[in-house]
Amino acid sequence: MKREPSMLVEARGISKQFGGVEVLSDVDLDLHAGEIHALLGENGAGKSTFAKILAGVHRPTRGTLKLNGSKVDVTNPIAAQKLGIALIHQEPISFPDLSIAENIVMGRQGGGLLSRVPWAKIIADARQYLDMLGVSLDVTLPMRGLSIANQQMVEIARSLASDSKLIIMDEPTAPLTPREVDTLFNIARRLREEGRTIIFISHRLEEVRMLCDRVTIFRDGAHISTQKIDDISDEDIIKLMIGRTLKKFMRKHVAEIGDIAMEVSELSRPGAFEDVSFTLRRGEIIGLGGLVGAGRTDVARALFGVEPAISGHIRINGVDAMIHTPTDAIDLGLAFVPEDRAGHGIFATLSVEHNLTAAVPGKIAPSGFISRSLEREISRKAVDDLSIRLASLRQPIAELSGGNQQKAILARWLLTEPDILILDEPTRGIDIGVKAEFYDMIGDLAEQGRAILLISSELPELLSLCDRILVMSEGRITAEIPREEATQENIMQAAVPRKGVAA
Amino acid sequence: MMNSTPAPTRELAPARPTWHIVLVRPETMTFLLLLFGLVGASFLSPFFLDAGYILRSFTLTAEMSIVALVLTMVVISGEIDLSPAANMALSACIFAWVQDAGVPLPIAVIVGLLAGLAMGALNAFMSIRMQLPSIIVTIGTLIFFRGLAQVIAGDRSIRVPDSFIGINNVMIAGIPLPVVIFVLVAILLGLVLGTTAVGRQIYQIGTNQQAALHAGINAKKIKVGLFLVLGLVSAAAGIMAASRLGSVRYDLVLGGELQMVLMAMLGGTYIFGGRGTILGTFLAAWLLVIVSTGMTVANLLPAIQLTVLGILLIVAIIATNFIYARTQR
Ligand SMILES: Nc1ncnc2c1ncn2[C@@H]1O[C@H](COP(=O)(O)OP(=O)(O)OP(=O)(O)O)[C@@H](O)[C@H]1O
Ligand SMILES: [Mg+2]
Repeated sequence: MKREPSMLVEARGISKQFGGVEVLSDVDLDLHAGEIHALLGENGAGKSTFAKILAGVHRPTRGTLKLNGSKVDVTNPIAAQKLGIALIHQEPISFPDLSIAENIVMGRQGGGLLSRVPWAKIIADARQYLDMLGVSLDVTLPMRGLSIANQQMVEIARSLASDSKLIIMDEPTAPLTPREVDTLFNIARRLREEGRTIIFISHRLEEVRMLCDRVTIFRDGAHISTQKIDDISDEDIIKLMIGRTLKKFMRKHVAEIGDIAMEVSELSRPGAFEDVSFTLRRGEIIGLGGLVGAGRTDVARALFGVEPAISGHIRINGVDAMIHTPTDAIDLGLAFVPEDRAGHGIFATLSVEHNLTAAVPGKIAPSGFISRSLEREISRKAVDDLSIRLASLRQPIAELSGGNQQKAILARWLLTEPDILILDEPTRGIDIGVKAEFYDMIGDLAEQGRAILLISSELPELLSLCDRILVMSEGRITAEIPREEATQENIMQAAVPRKGVAA
Repeated sequence: MMNSTPAPTRELAPARPTWHIVLVRPETMTFLLLLFGLVGASFLSPFFLDAGYILRSFTLTAEMSIVALVLTMVVISGEIDLSPAANMALSACIFAWVQDAGVPLPIAVIVGLLAGLAMGALNAFMSIRMQLPSIIVTIGTLIFFRGLAQVIAGDRSIRVPDSFIGINNVMIAGIPLPVVIFVLVAILLGLVLGTTAVGRQIYQIGTNQQAALHAGINAKKIKVGLFLVLGLVSAAAGIMAASRLGSVRYDLVLGGELQMVLMAMLGGTYIFGGRGTILGTFLAAWLLVIVSTGMTVANLLPAIQLTVLGILLIVAIIATNFIYARTQR
């Protein structure tokens, strides 16, 4: 055997309980210096919890951590930072009113209490980190209003700025498109060469295979296995993760395509999207592909009345529709699963039950008064249907794992029994097992005659699920590709901005 | 080093035990403080446990307590209104002034109520339609309403007719009418907030307004409604105070807004919205009465009384924040 690689982190017997529920039990894990280590597991397996323990956000109930051979006690995130541990959170957290630059250098040490703030340097540094990530943003703008992908990029830039030995990335790629993922991976590899260690959490196996040296699999809060990535097949990984083999997803039969459900013509909101036209029929699944910032989310928000378009028409079931607010949209049978789960989706401190039923007050309170039994019944069923993992329906939803929160938001909208379902990155953070079930479910919904508009940055998802794929670039629809002709290549080709060419 | 022992599938964890849920509710703290205050006060003076005495003391702040109940809902929805005390004064002044000018009493009451409603509408327009921060808006209207009251009433007190005086002496089953009204309003609002869809939506708006918007909840409409109700109820409370006092001056319940906020906070309402209950404010209103009458009975100087109230508020805020931080972990 070769020389033992030097250990950066040795975790022994790490356990964590939340209010009597054990979510991590006796996890042992060694991380080598200069490796990229994948952490895999189903939703709620305890990946984020483990990451947060390393980063001092949570304290373990039991267990010890060694860093470079010496025992450490990571009591809080500041201590973690001093020890050179940075965490990129699954839910980007930031100070929305501070500038992007300030958010990037946030937490950096140095400077006396009364010394001047070196603005020029802060801005220059922030630019440099974002340039490295291939993101062009005005760093002096406030964080508020950034897309999820850009928020994620700022989080990543912040971890780069912190100059840490251990960088934990909790599903950093979930909101990103292949291009950004590529850039991120190149940076990660460079960091590895500098001898830094990266923990990479993702539900996309192909990414893990592309990037990582070793994988660790968690299941139900327990460490199941750690192996070299080259020694283990995808099937084995999945088997270890979910305890069974996964059937390959294939959309069985394409639903019968019916009447036009929604007709969008020349929809524009200057600065966001221009001249967007398409028709969506019952039983049809249309994919909306494109790079981050192409305006897909803006179109969805306009259709749902969150931020209405300035000009253009929307016809629903052949009738001109006036959609000024989401309430109007819901009345017309629309549903919208937003991409920004934390900001636009969940009511963090309210119970899972209250979150699930938020869009269907009429169902739980037919007489105006809420029927607790009806509510519980509806929620129970939703939880079972989507196999949402939770301790109790009355638990605050923020206590659920990221993927389970996502399922809860999906469930909320399925309860409205929409005719037209707009999904913005609906499988963000959902594990592969559930994803397959979710695809089945989308197929079923289409078969029931519902129309679905699916925004996704995951090309395989678009390719396997959609009848037609529209590609957006810089606010315009640049291609419409039928299912038979769609390939990753022609989608990406239409997605990249054509600088200089044409207007 | 493959150690792939299949992990036992974890059972769904049991829900938190009920006692745990009850214990971490902020109202529990208010309730315990209330019991504590009762015991303490009865030590100070054996006469204290006379229910009639407590009820009579309560009538002194019953109007403000009623308004505090509605204010609680406004705070839960994520807004604040600091103008209700000034609204009470202005509505009462308008009412008294109009009837003094010869308008029949019932119409004068209606005029007073409409004035209160208009004040609520002004707050709603600026805070919700123009989207200005309600804390600033209502500090402005607080000064504005109080100033207008002074313009109308000057430095004199306007008397109300004898037939209208004495709401606090009307007894229903031995309980003063203002207290009865307070209890009824509390029950009504408690039901609205706790058991109706709109009540639920008030919490949702206060927790995450964007998410509420995306879920199709009409946050603006609900908030405007709350401001209007608060304006109307403040006016009613102002007129009740006029009946109790027998005359109206511009400085009616001067500084009362702080006491109302105090009641909401003591009852565990979270100043940034999303949490709180009517029950909490209900208990806090009694707590305040018992603490202040207890201190009066014990002959404490007013200055000391004020200090004690201040300490109480600080303790309440620390405790609620602690409890909420705990439940969120
Ligand atoms: N603050 C908390 N209070 C109570 N339970 C919690 C809390 N945080 C996490 N949990 C529970 O711990 C378990 C593990 O959650 P964790 O977030 O670590 O999962 P994960 O592996 O990151 O899943 P995902 O892939 O969905 O992000 C879940 O069952 C979750 O409900
Ligand atoms: Mg997670």
